[in-house]
Amino acid sequence: MSTVTASGSLPRYIAVRLMLVIPMMWVLLTMVFVLLRIAPGDPVSAAVGDKLSEDALDARRAALGLDRPLIVQYLDYLGDVCRLDFGTTISNGRPVLDIIANQGGATLTLTLGAFLFALVVGLPLGRLAGRRRDSALDAGIRIFGIVTYAAPIFWVGLMLVLFVVRFVPSWPTYDIATAETKYLVPDRTGILLLDAALDNDWVGVRDVLQHHVLPCFTLGLLICGVIIRLVRVNVIQSLKGDYVEAARARGIPERRVVRFHAFRNALVPVVTVIGLQFALTLSGAILTERTFNWPGLGTELVAYVTARDYVAVQGLVTFFAIAVVLVSLIVDIVNALIDPRVRY
Amino acid sequence: MTSVPGDPSQPREVVLEAEDLRVWYGTERGPVRAVDRVSFDVRRGEILGLVGESGCGKSTLGRGLLGLLPDGAARDGALRFEGQDMLSMRPRDQYAMRGARLGMIFQEPLTRLNPLMRVSDHFTETLRAHEQGLSGAEVERRSLEALRVMGIPPTRYRAYPHEFSGGMRQRIMIALTLVLRPAFVVADEPTTALDVLVEAQIVRTLHDLRATYETAMLLITHNLGIVAEACDRVAVMYAGRIVEIGEAREVFARPRHSYTRELLRSTITLSTEGLEFIGGSPPDLSEPPPGCSFHPRCPDAMQICATRAPRARITDAGSRVSCWAADIADGAPVAADLSAEDRSPLTTEEVLVADEA
Repeated sequence: MSTVTASGSLPRYIAVRLMLVIPMMWVLLTMVFVLLRIAPGDPVSAAVGDKLSEDALDARRAALGLDRPLIVQYLDYLGDVCRLDFGTTISNGRPVLDIIANQGGATLTLTLGAFLFALVVGLPLGRLAGRRRDSALDAGIRIFGIVTYAAPIFWVGLMLVLFVVRFVPSWPTYDIATAETKYLVPDRTGILLLDAALDNDWVGVRDVLQHHVLPCFTLGLLICGVIIRLVRVNVIQSLKGDYVEAARARGIPERRVVRFHAFRNALVPVVTVIGLQFALTLSGAILTERTFNWPGLGTELVAYVTARDYVAVQGLVTFFAIAVVLVSLIVDIVNALIDPRVRY
Repeated sequence: MTSVPGDPSQPREVVLEAEDLRVWYGTERGPVRAVDRVSFDVRRGEILGLVGESGCGKSTLGRGLLGLLPDGAARDGALRFEGQDMLSMRPRDQYAMRGARLGMIFQEPLTRLNPLMRVSDHFTETLRAHEQGLSGAEVERRSLEALRVMGIPPTRYRAYPHEFSGGMRQRIMIALTLVLRPAFVVADEPTTALDVLVEAQIVRTLHDLRATYETAMLLITHNLGIVAEACDRVAVMYAGRIVEIGEAREVFARPRHSYTRELLRSTITLSTEGLEFIGGSPPDLSEPPPGCSFHPRCPDAMQICATRAPRARITDAGSRVSCWAADIADGAPVAADLSAEDRSPLTTEEVLVADEA
């Protein structure tokens, strides 16, 4: 009997998991396609209906391929996505990929910053609450968790802005950077923070980071509430675990028991749910971007929905779907790294 | 007192000694006396079996000896381990003794190892928790030695717990408990979750440990066959008390307490023709019945049993037993004071009334 028998190895797990991306992606893309088709109204007349004649509208539909059978449109859509072609917007003729390249960076740094904040605050607080179960501290942390999860983002954002404007008037409350920074930093990666750093423009980096504080805090609070409650419950659960009692019976110091036995085991379900929370973060990002006038994909998406530009909406939603699939892939791999039982 | 390993005729030094030890839990309905004035000792290299029904306080006693009790539980009486008073010891010091001097083997081997840690990590963590600055090579040498004694090949040292069968995991748990050579180990139903063949292996292993490590052991079980196989002495527990304790052979051959006798009768063997059982269930320990707590279920119950608790008495065979019926049968001096009314059998109705009281 070798060490690795019934259960597979980590590389095998990652390979199988990578292959599973294909059916996942297919299901998601199909859903995006179907949902946009069953929405009432004709996209072309909805977008530019009252401005053009019937013939011109037909010509538009033909140009977009909307007069073809649904199955052809569907296969065409899948083929385009496979070639990373998300289409060109109807309303202003921009390739969706350009929008993603230009605005995606702002959304990326916003969500990453929010997640970072949520993890740094949520994990220790959740662990503390779980360890000191039913104490006043626990009650306080739980209330904090519920309130931050339940409070609407736009409200929290607006309140924050009001407070900051009142007490720290010089602190930036909207946009990703000052006009000066945006003008001075050359575009290389599409991620402003990275560009500023690459350009050795530390004043710019500082400026961009300052702009991130409020939006990341607002969005982070939302995720943080979920993480706190989840970590707390799982720490309580795993502290009751048989291996925890066994570790105490072996005289392992309590600090180590909590960290290496209880907390690590509690993280397994937490990581899974954090992955699922990513979708929530994206929808939260849309609201946060609107609140803080953030030049990201959420702002763009809202603008195109308002313009009833279905190609742009389809392209952006497709991109969000791909992002969710990739994050769930990363989450599953992280889970496999933590838990040796997660293997195919 | 000197010890002569391997020679059971010589008395060896007492490792652990409990005197009127009590353990209780605070509950909403009041304190529950899970262990009530229990006295016994365990000598070096000796295995003391602890038997009784579920809910009679066996596991609580085992955990109480190590101080592994949940919040809201308390101990009093006296508990001495290697001459040290365990009850007045600082919790820190007692914590440090666990693993190093006092060990515990649990019932469910499948869930007792941390699923995220390799077997090697469990050993490293345990050894380093008690002996700081141990080199990696030394950790590995000692771990592999402990595993070898338990029949786990060194090639599996870096495997994860889920890659082992239940029996192997229990042997790993035992190796992990013994790697620091504790002087006293509580084994809480170590074979209950395992099949019979593995059970026999584990029992044999535990039995052999006396020769290898001279470990003193409290073996908690409800399998009387294991006691007969592996234990030197046996303690029978009912409703938080030790009702009979003595040499395993003596207790099995000539049980003095009615409960011991009924328990032995309930054992299923090949010659069993009808299933025997003890009617009723163990009493609620927050409100134990007056007198002898077994009297509501005892076939030999007398009037005296419902009112006065029997005193512990040392029999001619060296056992200690607390039972009025045994006192009368053995012609003990206390029995002479009992009136005819005291000796008249308790009727079922009275038992029911007493049970509800």
